[in-house]
Amino acid sequence: MYKILKKEVLNSAVILMEVEAPYVAFRCEPGQFIIARIGDEGERIPLTIADFDREKNTITIVFQALGYSTKEMAKLEVGDSFLDFVGPLGSPAPFKKEWKRIIGVAGGVGSAPLYCQLKALAESGVSCDVIIGGRSAEFVILADLFAKFCDHVYIMTDDGTLGDKGVVTKKLEELIQAGEKYDHVITIGPLIMMKFVVQMTKQYDIPTSVSLNPIMIDGTGMCGGCRVTVGGETKFACVDGPDFDGFAVDFDECMKRQSFFKEEEHECNLRMAQ
Amino acid sequence: MPNMSMTKVPMREQEPNVRNKNFEEVALGYTEDMAVEEASRCLNCKHKPCMDGCPVNVPIPGFIEAVCARDFDKAYEIITSENALPAICGRVCPQENQCEGKCVRGIKGEPVSIGRLERFVADYHMAKGDTSVPEITKNGHKVAVVGSGPSGITCAGELAKKGYDVTIFEALHKAGGVLSYGIPEFRLPKSLVAKELENVTRLGVDIETNVVVGRSLTVDDLFERGYEAIFLGTGAGLPNFLRIPGENLLGVYSANEFLTRVNLMKAYKKGEAPTPIKVGKKVAVVGAGNVAMDAARTAKRLGAEEVYIVYRRGEEEIPARAEEVHHAKEEGILFYLLNNPIKILGDDNGYVSGMEIVKQELGEPDASGRRRPQPIEGSNYVLDVETVVIAIGQSPNPLIRQTTEGLETQKWGGIIVNEETEETTREHVYAGGDAVTGAATVILAMGAGKKAARAIDASFQE
Repeated sequence: MYKILKKEVLNSAVILMEVEAPYVAFRCEPGQFIIARIGDEGERIPLTIADFDREKNTITIVFQALGYSTKEMAKLEVGDSFLDFVGPLGSPAPFKKEWKRIIGVAGGVGSAPLYCQLKALAESGVSCDVIIGGRSAEFVILADLFAKFCDHVYIMTDDGTLGDKGVVTKKLEELIQAGEKYDHVITIGPLIMMKFVVQMTKQYDIPTSVSLNPIMIDGTGMCGGCRVTVGGETKFACVDGPDFDGFAVDFDECMKRQSFFKEEEHECNLRMAQ
Repeated sequence: MPNMSMTKVPMREQEPNVRNKNFEEVALGYTEDMAVEEASRCLNCKHKPCMDGCPVNVPIPGFIEAVCARDFDKAYEIITSENALPAICGRVCPQENQCEGKCVRGIKGEPVSIGRLERFVADYHMAKGDTSVPEITKNGHKVAVVGSGPSGITCAGELAKKGYDVTIFEALHKAGGVLSYGIPEFRLPKSLVAKELENVTRLGVDIETNVVVGRSLTVDDLFERGYEAIFLGTGAGLPNFLRIPGENLLGVYSANEFLTRVNLMKAYKKGEAPTPIKVGKKVAVVGAGNVAMDAARTAKRLGAEEVYIVYRRGEEEIPARAEEVHHAKEEGILFYLLNNPIKILGDDNGYVSGMEIVKQELGEPDASGRRRPQPIEGSNYVLDVETVVIAIGQSPNPLIRQTTEGLETQKWGGIIVNEETEETTREHVYAGGDAVTGAATVILAMGAGKKAARAIDASFQE
């Protein structure tokens, strides 16, 4: 079970895998996530679904080999299997029928879950634009795939090695000021990026959804580790989300909570290096 | 002539100051001689009051008689005719409120230690490594059980013995439910849970992990896939919080998260398991049930210097098993009773720096007859802690009720059932355990699983 059918190294840190997972593929929808595990005492690693194929019973995930467990995961090859691969978890992305034109804003690996959402929206007749950001050309991923169904694909890099130089919010503001009209913005990427996107779209009053990926264990509402304050209320990202109304999310709290195990992560990485 | 000693034969235990630094089992069990000596305290009463106190009706005097006669195999057979998980029940049942609470010997002196004897018999059998399989004639009916905790495994085991083709669907990567993720190693070794689970799979029960019913498959999908009856034993997985300011600060855990990291994800094996746990020098555990005791004793073992149980009611209201409270106190856990937390304080980086507490006094009895605690004005103080574990109960997980049409639930989320049959408002769907009652005990969940199995079987005989 959970055999890896395809592996693509997208850049020095990011890997794409297509995994056989019939129970996940059967009912999953864009916006939902899976939890993967390798090794007998391995961590449960939550990853938002990047694509799915109901006929082939497969799920595509894209992840950054950053910590101990994701680096171990990156070593798996085609033909290897995950020990556990459970889902779909979380609620499907809350699409609205009245959306006619939307824009997605992605940073880094955030492109992958955004791809899943925009593809579904485009298939249902919504016209989509996308802004993809990355540190440099290498870190801009899936641009060719977005190009298949997006009207415009805008690329932003910090160093200007691809597309325009600058951050994604710069491009978004340019577009809005140039008179482009969007019913909705979906932004997925690092917390700090989503925070700034939301700050801007708030000014222009364009509803914006964000996708959160906080620390969690079970992903079914049991541990409550993924608590996030939305509109002054505590929500569990794993069951109430992972997508939320960006205007209502307390990003500063999210960022603090994300950093809780930094020391332990560092120690774990050091141990692995030995 | 029965042994008329007023007290139970004591059970060997690890020394408190040794065991509060390790995760090995606290209680070490009886030897054969100790078991026989304790068993001889039983009067073998004709009216068997102890059995009335047992939610699964174990023929208690019968098995104790067999222990007396040193026929431990027969004792095991007698217990397992009604109870599929004796090694677990002998360890975690609140015997003082059940069988032992009704024991005639308890009127003057201590009751017969039925729990320790059950544990002895189960461990004796397990040590022999018996893997015989009873002969079962399949009846061709398919039943799905959702959740592999105490109610699910019991229901599945009972049905399998009757010839049903049973599949258990478990959301986590490991079977056992609360036995695996919740109850700590030092109270219920996981190797033992694995063995009890093997006894069930040996009956032909299939356990599929990593399937979240309500998400991966719905109840309707299960019917479509040929299951003719479904038992929901999904437990009380949703942690309750206090809803006081500061609960999202860094260092505040639900007891579920705290215990799951340690038990299921093995975070206590520092340097081996990659899932981390962080515990401050001073830890407050809010609540005083079994889960709170487990969390407090776990925190101590993880190296916390001071661990407090902070509870808004008094000693008499403590809901945990007497033995757990006793063990916790022995291990140096400090009990701050009639203390009600009202705010968790944090530093500039968002880490917990303390907890504001108001002291309480007992007022007039409320509707439940318990004296209602009320705040003492001006008694507020700040308890210096870095970690807070909230252990004030769990509610049923909403995933299934949200995705199953016709399944009615109480306002607080418990699935509504016919108490005689455990049937829900949806035809051919049964439920039991914490999913119905809210957080309760292993044995009550097992009783419900058994009752449901009987009703499911009866429905096929019609």
